[in-house]
Amino acid sequence: MSEAQHMTGGKIAVSDLSVTFVQGRRRIRAVKGVSFSVKPLESFGLVGESGSGKSTVLRAICGLAPVSGGDIRIDGGAIQQPRDKAFARRVQMVFQDPYGSLHPRHTIDRVLSEPLSIHRFADREERIVQALKDVGLDARFRFRLPHQLSGGQRQRVAIARALIVEPEILLLDEPTSALDASIQAEVLNLLNRLREERSLTVIMVSHDLAVIDHMCERLLVMRGGEAVEALDRSSLADRKVSSDYTRALLTASEGYVR
Amino acid sequence: MSPASSEAPLLDVKNLRVRFETTRGVTEAVRGVSFTVGRERIGIVGESGSGKSMTGRAILRLVRPPGIATADRLAFQGTDLMALSERRMRAMRGRRMSMVMQDPKYSLNPVMRIGRQLIEALKVHERISSKEAQRRALDMLADVQIRDPERVLAAYPHELSGGMGQRVMIAMMLIPRPDLLIADEPTSALDVTVQLEVLRILDDLVKDRGMGLIFISHDLRLVSTFCDRVLVMYLGRIVEEIEASRLDEAKHPYTRGLLECLPEIGAPRTPLKVLKRDAAWA
Repeated sequence: MSEAQHMTGGKIAVSDLSVTFVQGRRRIRAVKGVSFSVKPLESFGLVGESGSGKSTVLRAICGLAPVSGGDIRIDGGAIQQPRDKAFARRVQMVFQDPYGSLHPRHTIDRVLSEPLSIHRFADREERIVQALKDVGLDARFRFRLPHQLSGGQRQRVAIARALIVEPEILLLDEPTSALDASIQAEVLNLLNRLREERSLTVIMVSHDLAVIDHMCERLLVMRGGEAVEALDRSSLADRKVSSDYTRALLTASEGYVR
Repeated sequence: MSPASSEAPLLDVKNLRVRFETTRGVTEAVRGVSFTVGRERIGIVGESGSGKSMTGRAILRLVRPPGIATADRLAFQGTDLMALSERRMRAMRGRRMSMVMQDPKYSLNPVMRIGRQLIEALKVHERISSKEAQRRALDMLADVQIRDPERVLAAYPHELSGGMGQRVMIAMMLIPRPDLLIADEPTSALDVTVQLEVLRILDDLVKDRGMGLIFISHDLRLVSTFCDRVLVMYLGRIVEEIEASRLDEAKHPYTRGLLECLPEIGAPRTPLKVLKRDAAWA
């Protein structure tokens, strides 16, 4: 199978994607010709350190970053420019910071009912109750404001909001890096359960190789806007990596070596 | 230093408490912790709200009102810190015991060049000429593995990367050659590969200077590989104290829970163990 066929066969295919930010006279190339494709129902990871362009790739898929080259296809079709309502219905994103991604003066009920009214769902009441239950939040949280919730609870709300419109594709941008380790475990377990139940295709971004390894079948290591190496779970487990950078990340994930 | 003084602990803390009295009642952030620190690397680990940072601040008497810190004993090299006047305490801070905070972005003065900030730190503690201070600052930056110290001296904080900024902070804190360094999540804002470089620098400094280090972190895996001894805190109390090398033998369910909830590369894809909090731990 040629690379081109493989690329078009995916649920999401990103090929030769470049993102360039223009700041006055400066041009910053945040993503430089990155390609990957994600199969239906697969979980795909993007790993890298700050400035690697991993989050920018996700934002580019959502139309939140200026694409300067290459293309992004979903089910083989090009994405509408700008992104339309149908796109938002199919693709949803969960952001890193549960403190910043929820409107501070909207109750959880309002946060969850907005996407339902935008997409004209009929049975809103039942859907909100069910959405809270799905992410393991007690019904009493429904009329609270974000500041009355802990970080982990807020991230559950963000996940509920993303899934309430029943998307096919879920984009996760460091969904647990602002959380305590024990809360991270709860949220990762929740995401794994929901992805199975909802038949989701997932792209997850993280700086933490162990988190990506736990969540994803395949992954792409990025650095400085470029793809360093594509790996699957088994080669990561066997430490069969070809680049020195991936090896350095692996070593670092094991802690300090005296 | 005489052998006798190196045997006695650098820091002796007994029944340290920090409480906040607000209109809605009293909250205790630290609820009676006791430990000693020698010339070693000691880790304080806990999740948010465990009181680990408050413990670090209370040692330096940096708890701000309405917070109130009390202790049966808070002694640094035999000196009772609770009894010191604010003026004497200020002389103690920096020169004898020092603190590195999490984010260099907020700890450095954004409108002052690095060089001026370093030299200011030097001149507060020693009466030296500007030329001498300049030379010492350059040496310090070289000590924390900064490759072109001249450029960094002339730079503003925003011109430095996170890793560089944190090195500058460490350099600044180490200028007066303190005996005890309290590092509160010193590497949490850094990338993993940079994190290890910064730890390497701290490690060498502890070894070369015989300094004591209190390393406060949420990252049990990191602390256990870096420190000699680990104190695990939960809701303001120390629930377990253990040699870092024997962390696998930890007994307290909270410590075990923290260890087991982390995903591990190559581990089977079963749901992660979830920490079941027990009201009895508090």
